[in-house]
Amino acid sequence: MSRSPHRPRRTLEPRNRWWLLSLPLLLFLALPLAALILRSSPRQVWLNVQQPAVYQAIVVSLRTSVAATGVTVLLGTPAAYLMARRSFRGKRALDTLLDLPTVLPPAVSGVALLMAFGRRGIAGGALEAAGVDIAFTQVAVVLAQTFVASPFYLRSAILGFAAVEPELAQSAALDGAGEWAVFRHVILPLSRSALLSGAMMTWARALGEFGATIIFAGNFPGRTQTMPLAIYLGFELELDVALTLSVILLALSFLVLIGVRGLLGREGE
Amino acid sequence: MTRQRTIWLVLILLLLLPLFFIVGGALLAGDGRNGRSGEGALTVFAAASLSDAFEAMGRQFEAAHPDVRVTFNFAGSQQLAQQLAQGAPGDVFASANVQQMAAVVESGRIEADAVETFAYNRLVVALPPDNPAGLSRLSDLTRPGVRLALADEAVPAGRYALTFLERAAEAPELGADFEERALANVVSYEQNVRTVLTKVALGEADAGIVYASDAAAAEVETIEIPEGLNPRASYPMAPLEDAERPALAEAFVNFVLSDRGQQTMAEFGFIPAGAPGAREAAPEEASP
Repeated sequence: MSRSPHRPRRTLEPRNRWWLLSLPLLLFLALPLAALILRSSPRQVWLNVQQPAVYQAIVVSLRTSVAATGVTVLLGTPAAYLMARRSFRGKRALDTLLDLPTVLPPAVSGVALLMAFGRRGIAGGALEAAGVDIAFTQVAVVLAQTFVASPFYLRSAILGFAAVEPELAQSAALDGAGEWAVFRHVILPLSRSALLSGAMMTWARALGEFGATIIFAGNFPGRTQTMPLAIYLGFELELDVALTLSVILLALSFLVLIGVRGLLGREGE
Repeated sequence: MTRQRTIWLVLILLLLLPLFFIVGGALLAGDGRNGRSGEGALTVFAAASLSDAFEAMGRQFEAAHPDVRVTFNFAGSQQLAQQLAQGAPGDVFASANVQQMAAVVESGRIEADAVETFAYNRLVVALPPDNPAGLSRLSDLTRPGVRLALADEAVPAGRYALTFLERAAEAPELGADFEERALANVVSYEQNVRTVLTKVALGEADAGIVYASDAAAAEVETIEIPEGLNPRASYPMAPLEDAERPALAEAFVNFVLSDRGQQTMAEFGFIPAGAPGAREAAPEEASP
């Protein structure tokens, strides 16, 4: 945030103009968030968190979103590497496909997942025969979150991998390092912050997932009812509960963004 | 210099963008309102469970009033009540339960005297067409491993389903632990009664508790719930006090209450609100 000292000092006027022009949008963005916080008190939040319905929703949300992030990192890293450092036929089509879940309405994702992994879905029938039960379980929640949120990690990881200078990898390879060693000791450390911030964005998006979850995984307190579901249904029954969960989600999202900025900022220096 | 000016321009345009949206939105909203209040347009807020019956009702009403166009806003009664309480413009409200109608009356948009019950609904157990769990009686619902879907208690249908389970505990043939064991089989409390039905029709759930009218319209098998255990859902409706076409709103309510309208309700699985012919449709009165 330090102003560079050698830049000539401007008069106050243009700076004020910037502020004036920015104010409408800034206010518009800040007001609803402020309203959310003003409408609830810390005491109220604390009391509500102890309600089983609220507490359970938080636990379900944390468990599933962490699992979805884990699955994404585990399976998404090789895919991102492939996309960033290999060229093959159909790469551009695949690239577009990877972005699709981020622009699809989540409800569409939910219906699609149901058609694929539901009990009568394309893959669901075989899975059920194999004894894997997905419908109405936390696995379904994780699948919904992964489907919707993994592109955020993929996008960030692809950029991170692609930003590593090819010469670095080449010179390491010349020194006799195998491809795996190059990945492990050169590419991975150099793209660490991109991977981490991507994972955090995926986690935050998974935490907020609503539409695909309620369609694909249903709603059962303590099992598939995540915080956004509890907010949606609680909004009609108990506004108080919805407010508390909203404040918690707001705080978590805020922390994630600060974390991502910290990561990227530190690496950028 | 020119580059700087371009940046300025772009930024100003970007900052003005929200303003355009607001102004544009206001204009569009105004347009919508004008269109709605144009010759013979009628907006009916109706509970989601009424969608099939009221679509048909709307076509019949339009046939009887050629210059009238009926548009529906179908959603959960609680959502509609909220929208109306917040001032959403409309002409008629038809609710799936008494509480949500009372909420709108309390908000001042509907006069208590104007409210009429036009139909009743009862619950049934819906099963997928091929009935994978092999259920045939109510007592089968408590069999371990049966996946039962209910509507959430925020939704009228969900509350009625819970009432049924409570009452069932008193029925000797079902047993005192029926409620507890049935609730243990619930896999999802769905956001509305239609999604319960969808999950059953898809075979995701083995059984779901829905309105008889919903089951009648879908490809599902049913298990009847005996009269004594079955909560009767009342459907009240009324014209809005600030309806832009009060005569038309009144005419639509009367049409639903007329013999013809009541017969339509029955065709879609509802129980007509008794006293057939108590009020006749009065098209002359309504013609704009």
